[in-house]
Amino acid sequence: MSTPDTASPDEILTILARDARTSADTIATLTGRSVAEVRAAIADYERRGIIKHYKTIIDWEKAGIEKVFAFIDVKVLPAREVGFDAVAERIYRYPEVHSVWLVSGGSDLRVVVEGEHMREVGRFIAEKLSTLEGVTATDTHFLLRRYKEDQDLFVDEEEDQRLVVTP
Amino acid sequence: MSNEANHPPALSRIARDLPPSGIRKFFDIAAQMQDVISLSVGEPDFATPWAVREAAIYSLERGQTAYTSNYGILELRKLIAKHLEALYGLQYRVDDEILVTVGVSEGMDLAMRAILDPGDEVLVPEPCYVSYKPCVSLAGGVPVGVETRMEDEFRVSVAQLEAATTSRTKAIILGFPSNPTGATMPREALLEIVEFACRHNLYIISDEIYDRLTYDGVHTSVASLPGAWERTILLNGFSKAYAMTGWRVGYACAPVPILTAMYKIHAYTIMCVPTTSQKAAIEALRSGEPAVRDMIGQYNQRRRLIVDGLNAAGLDCHLPHGAFYAFPSIRRTGLTSEEFATRLIMEEHVAVVPGTAFGMGGEGHIRISYATSLEKIEEALRRIHRFVERVSPAPALRPPVPALREKVHAR
Repeated sequence: MSTPDTASPDEILTILARDARTSADTIATLTGRSVAEVRAAIADYERRGIIKHYKTIIDWEKAGIEKVFAFIDVKVLPAREVGFDAVAERIYRYPEVHSVWLVSGGSDLRVVVEGEHMREVGRFIAEKLSTLEGVTATDTHFLLRRYKEDQDLFVDEEEDQRLVVTP
Repeated sequence: MSNEANHPPALSRIARDLPPSGIRKFFDIAAQMQDVISLSVGEPDFATPWAVREAAIYSLERGQTAYTSNYGILELRKLIAKHLEALYGLQYRVDDEILVTVGVSEGMDLAMRAILDPGDEVLVPEPCYVSYKPCVSLAGGVPVGVETRMEDEFRVSVAQLEAATTSRTKAIILGFPSNPTGATMPREALLEIVEFACRHNLYIISDEIYDRLTYDGVHTSVASLPGAWERTILLNGFSKAYAMTGWRVGYACAPVPILTAMYKIHAYTIMCVPTTSQKAAIEALRSGEPAVRDMIGQYNQRRRLIVDGLNAAGLDCHLPHGAFYAFPSIRRTGLTSEEFATRLIMEEHVAVVPGTAFGMGGEGHIRISYATSLEKIEEALRRIHRFVERVSPAPALRPPVPALREKVHAR
């Protein structure tokens, strides 16, 4: 029972972005395409790096595992020809670095650093990040509580409050 | 005072004759169970978009709690006019052709009271929403059901309507996309009905609450068809498209003579729709479109999943083109709709509504709402499949539905 309209490729990506474990069979049903078509599309996305890889969202706190995150606003003196990229690259190569973005506003790079203890993260910032050539200032914010991340809520969602049967 | 000494007079005949809602029984059973998967809910599972809720909170903070114009807040009527013009090319005057109502429910009641004299007949294609016929009766009219069938995709034909028309026929109620069948009416079919209504000089009351939830083709608003505008009462609202059922806000649009009559009744009985709800509706029209599109996309995926799953379970199901209901046939089980729904909830803890709750043509069908999460739909389908296999004389045609999450894709 498929409908005449074919799904836009985006729909497959949206479904996978919502739940990476949705099977090709199910995606085929949801989008009204054939299973072979869906498999081919996914393989193509993977080959082209549009789908980078599949991950699991874990609430580490609930799992009882301590993790410390810090958001660091970094001011950078851009270098001739390479601009901010060279400094960004030197930063993102550290495994402690979770994310790096070039942002507009008062600072240039926004860096997220992940560690097991505050001491460890603090030392990384003081000894590695701040001392990098081209870095002129850092402003560090430690994460206190995670409410929502990448569309996932980290607080309890409300139950379905609808009546069980309505006309 | 003892009971015997204090008998109030009899209740009104109309109220006494009004049948109780056919879904009450299932509500009572379902309410007592723990792990019920409810496919019997006639409203979105999404919460109202946050921007809309936030706008309502802000209006409360600013103390906007007074009555509004009986017609509704002017700004809201302007936005409704713009919305209808953009979607369907409809032209309604903001001053006196648009009335903000307490959902389509009030709009339907007003429409009936405005046009009917005692004994006037109203054609009601069935299966249909549960309140159409009671609204006709409450206004002193006589509802005349016109049975639609699965073979016709639950669309009503002019031949059927002609057969049910008498000298007392005054109006026809159209509810497409349909609750409970998910049927839609294509433009050509509607043109024929408009022509029929003109020929017999009938009012057309069109409940288009599910207009945005049309998945195949485009929705045609009846009033936009040649000859229809003068005799059509358009009813719509925010409940389904914007997930705003509990706000109770909708609107009625009609030419001045009709709308003025409805307005008078509304002004005496309701005064105005709750101000906060109207403020929320304003925000919905201003910024709700992305949320609407997102919800339509998700309903469409669920629709395909449920129709596929029902057919796999051996329940013949036409593809519903609109709303968020599937209306499969359960005939192969040999059970009546009522038996099917009762046993399904008792044995498998899945709540559905028997088709008979929606009038003629409902027997042999159940209404399944897919306004619920993919995970729940998937589990419910497995339970339904198990149930159908158990109760059916003949084996199901295809193996059970595979688990939604079976394996991670090959890397």
